[in-house]
Amino acid sequence: MAENYAIEMLGITKRFPGIIANDNITLRLRHGEIHALLGENGAGKSTLMSVLFGLYQAEEGTIRKDGKEVKINNPNDANDLGIGMVHQHFKLVQCFTVLDNIILGVETTNHGFLEKKKAREKVMALSEKYGLMVDPDAKIEDITVGMQQRTEILKMLYRDNEILIFDEPTAVLTPQEITELMQIMRNLAAEGKSILFISHKLNEIMEVADRCSVLRRGKYIGTVDIADTTKEELSRMMVGRDVQLVVEKKDAEPGNVVLEVENMTVASRVHRNNAVKNVSFKVREGEIVCIAGIDGNGQTELVYGLSGLEPLVSGKILLEGQDISRAPIRTRSKDMGHIPEDRHKHGLVLDYSLEYNLVLQRYFEPEFVSGAGFLKKKNIRKYAEKLIDEYDVRSGQGPITIARSMSGGNQQKAIIGRELDRKPKCLIAVQPTRGLDVGAIENIHAQLIKQRDAGCAILLVSLELEEVMDVSDRILVMYEGEIVGELDPKKTTPEELGLYMSGAKREEVHA
Amino acid sequence: MKRKESIFKNAGFQSILAAVICVVIGIFVGYLVLLAINPAGASEGIVTIMKNYFNYPTKPAAMKYLGNTLVKTAPLLLCALSINFCYKVGLFNIGAAGQYVVGAGACLYAALALKLPWIVCLVLAVLAGAIWGMFVGFLKAYGNVNEVISGIMLNWIGLYSVNMLLAKVKEPTSPYTFNLAATNAAAVLPTLGMEKYFSNNRYVTIAIPLSVIIAVVIWVILTKTKFGYELQATGFNKDASKYAGMNEKRNIILTLMIGGALAGMGAALLYLTGFEQWSTTQSSVPAMGFNGIAATFLGGLHPIGTVFASYFIQHITSGGAYLDKAIYPSQISDLISAIIIYLCGFVLFFKFMLNRRIDAGAEKKAQAEKLRAEKAAEGKTETETGKPEGGDAV
Repeated sequence: MAENYAIEMLGITKRFPGIIANDNITLRLRHGEIHALLGENGAGKSTLMSVLFGLYQAEEGTIRKDGKEVKINNPNDANDLGIGMVHQHFKLVQCFTVLDNIILGVETTNHGFLEKKKAREKVMALSEKYGLMVDPDAKIEDITVGMQQRTEILKMLYRDNEILIFDEPTAVLTPQEITELMQIMRNLAAEGKSILFISHKLNEIMEVADRCSVLRRGKYIGTVDIADTTKEELSRMMVGRDVQLVVEKKDAEPGNVVLEVENMTVASRVHRNNAVKNVSFKVREGEIVCIAGIDGNGQTELVYGLSGLEPLVSGKILLEGQDISRAPIRTRSKDMGHIPEDRHKHGLVLDYSLEYNLVLQRYFEPEFVSGAGFLKKKNIRKYAEKLIDEYDVRSGQGPITIARSMSGGNQQKAIIGRELDRKPKCLIAVQPTRGLDVGAIENIHAQLIKQRDAGCAILLVSLELEEVMDVSDRILVMYEGEIVGELDPKKTTPEELGLYMSGAKREEVHA
Repeated sequence: MKRKESIFKNAGFQSILAAVICVVIGIFVGYLVLLAINPAGASEGIVTIMKNYFNYPTKPAAMKYLGNTLVKTAPLLLCALSINFCYKVGLFNIGAAGQYVVGAGACLYAALALKLPWIVCLVLAVLAGAIWGMFVGFLKAYGNVNEVISGIMLNWIGLYSVNMLLAKVKEPTSPYTFNLAATNAAAVLPTLGMEKYFSNNRYVTIAIPLSVIIAVVIWVILTKTKFGYELQATGFNKDASKYAGMNEKRNIILTLMIGGALAGMGAALLYLTGFEQWSTTQSSVPAMGFNGIAATFLGGLHPIGTVFASYFIQHITSGGAYLDKAIYPSQISDLISAIIIYLCGFVLFFKFMLNRRIDAGAEKKAQAEKLRAEKAAEGKTETETGKPEGGDAV
């Protein structure tokens, strides 16, 4: 035996009806290393990790721990073997304290009574050792996402897990929190923990990982040492072709004001306060204005207010000089495209076919409906085929595919095609690349910039710092429902942006 | 990667197969109940129920009673369409029973007290049902009141209001309303000579073809029109239809109004034949509206399927009346038809089970054909197609 690996997954094959999610994949994790697992959406990363964590059983292949073959039939087996996982969406009980969440499921008891004192000592010791600062008595609902993630990490450590899986851990964090997480991961590795780090963000992988394994379309492409590779090589391995990592665009040539918002206030659905407080800004034709901010600072409600999904408490919206503050949604959507944040909730009728979804914003136009109210199905089909072709929407059965059965990336392409093809004067794009892979992101960014150059006024809402910095012409930072800063992406740094996003810095803005 | 689809994957075939399975199991369970009560007459009993009008030895008699079954199928079909239509928009119109009741009240009062002709009576029944449905719609759209709760309450309000109203046109010595043909012959639905084919069964009227035409119209509205597109989009995803600028509140109210109109019309199609008189002392909501639920599901939630399902359910219900009352208590016919109807509601369940079996089978097959599947995976669309929800998390 040449080398003793912490975990070896050899020849793993996992099939779902009609698709091979993992095709003969081999992954070797050394002791004490940070091993990145890179791949596009649908490449099979999560499936592979689910096999390791016992959520799925592979049809073929073996898993070895420290050289010995093991069977992992459920997450409990994984836990017994010392494998822990921080899921992308945290699995925490909101109304429990940090300490309660950490010990949940492995409580030490004395005649049925909890022995929290011992547990607390252990948690505090761990938190000190690895620099994981948490308040054990704070309730989950009251603490930041970063602290919630540290709670999840402590959960793994409390269970004496040796192999730690991080599933896209940075998606929800601010730049400062990401830096902290990177440090924590290095500390953990230095203490001998072996870490699997799932990501499709090349910068992070380059920064923190020792080695990187790449998957593409369910197949194993290779494993490289990070020290010997470049971002370009990694992205080529991941996508299978050269990818434009830097968004290419000319300087914006802003024209007339298209969208003007004055003192807009929007109520929140979840709490009593207003989610958007007295916000004013303008978007001109031919520019991309980006609303940056950490999730939950009023961006969602801002868009609801603009699109008419939620009524305004006060304030005014002018679209091309017309007051649309109280206008119905259809009046607004005539000149305003909207790529919604939640494509399943707002963007698509999942049980409708693709073609029906592609006319969702236009079905009432004479092109698609006769005077008597009958749908012109031939025209709908023709239009759908045109969009499918132009925007490269891939699906099993073309226009008649049920939207639910399509992959997330293609669902998003369908929405983008539908909204862009209407040639709106103003486009609101909310996290248009969320959950998509590098290739698709490249395509969508190019589409946005093309629209901009054609004179469209684009309001982009994004949580992704890279996207904010690369695509926008102007950045407005939102914090707790207010716009706290206007920045020029050419002059600012991610760190400065982070300070605004976390509320540490603010200025009076009248954009 | 075009593969030959199993016929079992075809949605239409699945609906029919599931309906047949339900019917068979329902009849079998009904048979078991007969066995439990009295083994001696069980086999004969279940056959009697299934035969319905064929229990009559001569063809003319059988035709006459086939007519009677059809007369009661028409209102059932309308109630089933009412529920079907609303269900497609994501609303469970259990209030169809009450809309049916007010429809009956409106047409009978118009016919017996106001002496209006049948067409006016029919329109009034439709309007009454629509208004009753509108109440439910308003409460749902503007107060977010669950349509099941308000529907059930309005069923009872409707029943007792109609009892009070029709007490003004009841026979002095019985709780029943006046005989329709004797009081106002102009209010009886025209037969267009159809009675000749049913041994002069004068209750066979335009109601029967009309109900089938309405089923076709509902199907056309749902699948071919902009209105149907909007309504079903609202039913599938309220938020997305709001996003697309559809008026969700208006659609909800309109849907329940149409549902109510259908159920109200159903009542008129029965009571304007004179086949039944309204009992002003009845203290339970007529079963027609509720049986419509079973007919809808048995019909695979398809307006045309509902036509056949309604006929079957009425066939069983009518057949139950011929059970030997010397062997079985008189409630038995209702009990047996209720059991069969109850199982008819399981169509969706069987469809679900069927699909699961097929998927499991497909997975096994995929394993067996590993080589071929691998080759297919080389194709460019493998990450996009046929992937189950759960496996999409990568």
